[in-house]
Amino acid sequence: MTTTPGGLLLAMAVLVPFVGVLAGLVLGGRNPQRVALLTLVLGLGIAAAIADAYLRSGEAVVYLLGGWEPPLGVALRADGLSVVMLLAVAVVIGGIGVYACADFGTPPGEPEARRPFTFWLLLLAVWGSINLVFVSGDLFTLYVALELLTFAGVPLVCLDGRGETLRAALRYLLFALLGSVLYLLGAVLLYGTYGTLDIPLLAERVRPEPAAWAAAALMTTGLLAKTALFPLHLWLPPAHAGAPAAASAVLSALVVKGSWFLVIRLWFDVMPGVVTFPSAQLLGALGAAAILIFSVVALRQERLKLLIAYSTLAQIGYLFLMFPLAFDPAAGLLDDGSALAGGMLQAISHATAKAAMFMAAGSIYAALGHDRIAGLAGIARAMPISVLAFALGGVALMGILPSGAYLAKKLLLEAAAGSGQWWWEVVLQAGGVLTGSYVVLVLAYALRRAGAPVELKKSVSRIAQAAALALAVCSLLLAGAALGPLPRTLLKNPLALAELAPVLLTVLGGGALAVGFGFRPPRLPVGDAASAIGGPVRRATLAVGGAFERADGVLRRWPVASIALLLVAALFGWTLVAGR
Amino acid sequence: MNEATLFALCAVLLVGAGLYGLIVNPHPLRKILAFNVVGSGVFLLLGAIARRGAGAGFGGDPVPQALLITGIVVAFSATALAVALLLRLHDAAGSVTLASEVPPKVEPDAGSR
Repeated sequence: MTTTPGGLLLAMAVLVPFVGVLAGLVLGGRNPQRVALLTLVLGLGIAAAIADAYLRSGEAVVYLLGGWEPPLGVALRADGLSVVMLLAVAVVIGGIGVYACADFGTPPGEPEARRPFTFWLLLLAVWGSINLVFVSGDLFTLYVALELLTFAGVPLVCLDGRGETLRAALRYLLFALLGSVLYLLGAVLLYGTYGTLDIPLLAERVRPEPAAWAAAALMTTGLLAKTALFPLHLWLPPAHAGAPAAASAVLSALVVKGSWFLVIRLWFDVMPGVVTFPSAQLLGALGAAAILIFSVVALRQERLKLLIAYSTLAQIGYLFLMFPLAFDPAAGLLDDGSALAGGMLQAISHATAKAAMFMAAGSIYAALGHDRIAGLAGIARAMPISVLAFALGGVALMGILPSGAYLAKKLLLEAAAGSGQWWWEVVLQAGGVLTGSYVVLVLAYALRRAGAPVELKKSVSRIAQAAALALAVCSLLLAGAALGPLPRTLLKNPLALAELAPVLLTVLGGGALAVGFGFRPPRLPVGDAASAIGGPVRRATLAVGGAFERADGVLRRWPVASIALLLVAALFGWTLVAGR
Repeated sequence: MNEATLFALCAVLLVGAGLYGLIVNPHPLRKILAFNVVGSGVFLLLGAIARRGAGAGFGGDPVPQALLITGIVVAFSATALAVALLLRLHDAAGSVTLASEVPPKVEPDAGSR
């Protein structure tokens, strides 16, 4: 194995953001912002160059650090998955950077503050660490990358230094550390058994045996804790809802994808033959539970940012549905076909759409001085760009035409039908409707006419709002993937009945769920339909919603969550041993 | 029982004790300490593996020792960050409990900015 042409670019993708951090730290004052913006442009160029090098050779781009070959040396490697994620992250970070200029800029004449200084440095640190996650070729470098990502993400939560955000940050850090120590324990077991941590070498040597089972269970569980998959989500809602909008966008759109990407590396690249059908089903089942519970809990939130945070939890569940769908029962291993492509596309759609939604919510918060959903009436007229960005982001998440998530859903449905796992088709369709419900709920409030014109406390930069809109549009444009790497047959005539019916079902079904489960259901234009349906149905939905909310509350207690963590690890171990 | 097995068993005890501490101790400082106990257990296991994997006349396999040093640096940074957060939390809130399980309620003007 040697360094391939363009290999040095991989090292640059990691080094350039960190050089930016150090330069910003040394130059100080208002310079970090300038350094960050310069780095954003440079980094986008580097990501594009890596993609070009990959497309030219058609094989993974490799860089051997110091010229030492694995197993003694460490290799950086970028395959198709890495290249796609590198590009997506560069675009999303760019959008967030433009947006953050309004919030974290230091206009001439104003005193320099610590908050913007810290934000820009941390933004670059997150970027460098997540790039390292994508290009690392061995499990220990991945551990270090994951820790760096956490260390950069945690301070973003508490940028404003209020007690509750500090508490959220500390909870996040402690739970993430618990996850990463489990991951490290698994990696140590793998080294002890196979004598290497290099992914391709390890993939050749791994056999289904106790050490590999224990390592797989520990590492998967540790990574799930960092990704905040149900039931290991105690840290996410307060952390993501309490951070400033630009920081929430970074955390929700990108940071959770780091550990999720590592689960893919582990399951698809390191031990595709070790994982079993029941273990993949278990991972998918946790995802399905996340979609159902957190969508309903999202409907019951009073604050927009908390609703979006719970939506992130539900969407994280969606990202794990591809694991059971990728399992090939005939061969008894995971195969990277359309399910993996669908999962990746879903992740990128979510990254762009969720960043756009948090940014739009941040603009609305800044303008109104609050983000109570019930108080959003009239905002669509006052801030059309932000509401449009939120709506387009929502459409992209629902998976209706035309959006990247639509193609993702098609690919996943195809994989479900191909492997005969009809139950995941139900979950996929229901997930779209549940996503529709909270998007419709927010839009129903935002589009309502206010009694009096809305008074904006502060005018919000148009450029910031446009950045949110641009990211939302990117999420829709991902449907263009069908013109390039994905088969064109995925795109059908959007007005055909077979395509229109699911769209209508998603929107109308979502509306019905919003009326049924919403904490304070939106008033429908046709009289007070909510109270007309009323009676026993409404009481039942309220009871179910309340039960989910209480369950969520219990699971977010520290002892319950950490025992759930051990239980999940035990369950994975059991499904790996007994499932073959 | 050779010495590598003995050290590995000690590592298991440390990991178990640390996990127990992480789960039951409500105080964040104790959680940080418990995390370090788990970490020590993992590092000890790595040391035992280095010893067991020794071949070609070396006293130990050098790769796990390099990993171990890196791991200790990472754990040290994590501890430093956690303690710094803890101190800031104490300054800002006057207490260091993690007990506020409910997400912050609606406050009209104080807020996320």
